[in-house]
Amino acid sequence: MKSTVLRLGFTLAACAALVVACSSSQNGGGGEAPPKLEPLGALGNGEGELNLIAWAGYAENGSNDPTIDWVTPFEKESGCKVNVKVGNTSDEMVQLMRTGQYDGVSASGDASLRLIYAGDVSPVNTSLVPNYSTITPFLKDRPWNSVDGQMYGIPHGWGANLLMYNIADVTDAPDSWGAVFTDAGKYKGKVTAYDSPIYIADAALYLSKTKPELGIKDPYSLTSEQLDAAVELLKAQKENIGEYWSDYTKAVQAFESGTSVIGTTWQVIANLIGTDNKVQVNTVLPKEGATGWSDTWMVSSKAAHPNCMYKWMDWITSPEINAQVAEYFGEAPAQSKACDHTTEKDFCEIYHATDEKFAAQIHYWTTPQKQCVDGSGDNCTAYDEWVDKWQQIKG
Amino acid sequence: MTLAAPTSLTVRRRAALAFLLVPPMAWLVVAYLGSLAVLLVSAFWTRNSFTGAVVRTFTGDNIARVVTDEVFRAVTLRTVGVALVVTVCCIVLAVPLGLYMAKVASPRMRLVLVVAVTTPLWASYLVKAYAWRMLLSPEGPLAWGTGYTPGYGLTATVITLTYLWLPYMIIPVFAAFERVPDSLIDASSDLGASDASTLRMVMAPLVFPGIVAGSIFTFSLSLGDYIAVQIVGGTTQLLGNVIYGQLVTANNQPLAAALSLIPLTAIVLYLLAMRRTGALENV
Repeated sequence: MKSTVLRLGFTLAACAALVVACSSSQNGGGGEAPPKLEPLGALGNGEGELNLIAWAGYAENGSNDPTIDWVTPFEKESGCKVNVKVGNTSDEMVQLMRTGQYDGVSASGDASLRLIYAGDVSPVNTSLVPNYSTITPFLKDRPWNSVDGQMYGIPHGWGANLLMYNIADVTDAPDSWGAVFTDAGKYKGKVTAYDSPIYIADAALYLSKTKPELGIKDPYSLTSEQLDAAVELLKAQKENIGEYWSDYTKAVQAFESGTSVIGTTWQVIANLIGTDNKVQVNTVLPKEGATGWSDTWMVSSKAAHPNCMYKWMDWITSPEINAQVAEYFGEAPAQSKACDHTTEKDFCEIYHATDEKFAAQIHYWTTPQKQCVDGSGDNCTAYDEWVDKWQQIKG
Repeated sequence: MTLAAPTSLTVRRRAALAFLLVPPMAWLVVAYLGSLAVLLVSAFWTRNSFTGAVVRTFTGDNIARVVTDEVFRAVTLRTVGVALVVTVCCIVLAVPLGLYMAKVASPRMRLVLVVAVTTPLWASYLVKAYAWRMLLSPEGPLAWGTGYTPGYGLTATVITLTYLWLPYMIIPVFAAFERVPDSLIDASSDLGASDASTLRMVMAPLVFPGIVAGSIFTFSLSLGDYIAVQIVGGTTQLLGNVIYGQLVTANNQPLAAALSLIPLTAIVLYLLAMRRTGALENV
């Protein structure tokens, strides 16, 4: 018995020593201003290699579909051999970029600011990317891809989170997000929603229009009270949710099998359902506006092959290639000239690629911060609070 | 001279033994216990709330939050409940089947059943989970055939996990039944015991360690699962989803580490409880 106690004591002492020895009082970087980093001054020769983190479908080399290949021509032209690591979520991309082993990333707005402020990505010298000049103007110098007028990347493409419904079950042609919030009871158990804390912004956007007394101006800049109001709305919504989705193939399958009949979606999902013709769905941009995503190619601050990365950013935003990517993935191309090169003639109309009014109605994913992202003050709720709230909503 | 030979033999034997034991021991200590130690340590760190970078300052906040937060408590209870229900379901299904396979079935039938039980292990986990997603869908085969489906949720999760882990219960239970000598069963019935009494008083104590061994698999596998619940769980979240959310979505490694101490504790408690029953002594 005595030896057991002694052994236990030793074990605990060893653990404590381990904890103390491994801890130190170093502090991480703040969140007020991004670290001062210099963009590339002049373009040199390619380094022969390029390591990318990309969304699935953004850097295709023909291995998924032999006809879908814009990486091999790039390799031939630039001499940079491309290695692609597919990131499944913005959060995973942030973690991968932190390793410093990659040259660049296709970051969505809810990852880009975290990368900028942590010093993981460098500012971009846009004069070294010739195709930048014809990028759709309303994508330049936006809060999610620049700080104080300095661009931190090259826009790639964007899309809106739309309201989708099965026209056989939802017959009253909804044009408001109210259909999935206050009126969701009509489709109890068949409502779906995006499974991410960033979806709280959808509820906040709806509240900003329906409950002006809350004073929500930007869905990503919420005070504690505003966040709680959005959380209440989502908790009530959960009673009617059949399931949440984050994997887009799961969303396609849920609508096709009748598990879900109404909910938030991406245009690409509606297109995939449409091709099978099993069920008829309709998408609408509700009158309250919508949240959305806008992706940006960013250069790692620790990039081993920066010249290849600049060549890649110019390649992927060139009119033909940007058109190919946008059509393959199902999003609006960032390159205004890409619309002349799509195989489907009315592609840019379907995705409203150059429609500034449509684009202005979209509130692009941005990482919520303590320092309000719309510049209204410093009493906003940060993303980790959103994550905790999201876990509370799901119970 | 006479002494030297055995000594060199001992040395050589020891060298051979060391050669054989060092790789697995190194694996156990460095990779297995080492990663657990890192987990334990990082549970006491904190991090920069905006960029998510780990800050190595000592704090007990994460542990305190894990213990006091209502959401975590509710999810923990739900997860342990699911793991226990899945384990009980597996036992209820595996005991009669194991008994039949070991003591009643003909050798040919036994082979067929062993193959039938183990074949699903060849299929991928995801394929099986998605098969259940199809089966349970509101307009799926189950609803079409019987007019009823539990739909996606906790029930569907328990059904799917029971299906996934059932082989891990059947195999040890079957092996335990097979080890019970037929002579004991004959003796019991010669002494006038009914079949039920034989089952209860002779077979049950001998098979119990097998059930415990199987239950350790089903309990721990269910406790850590977070994928099946995403596929068939509807809006349900289990402990694994919360840990994943904190680690990957919130990028809060220290809190995720603190949270993962919950299933670790649950397993240790379960093993201690099983040890008290004496079942682990002759496994």
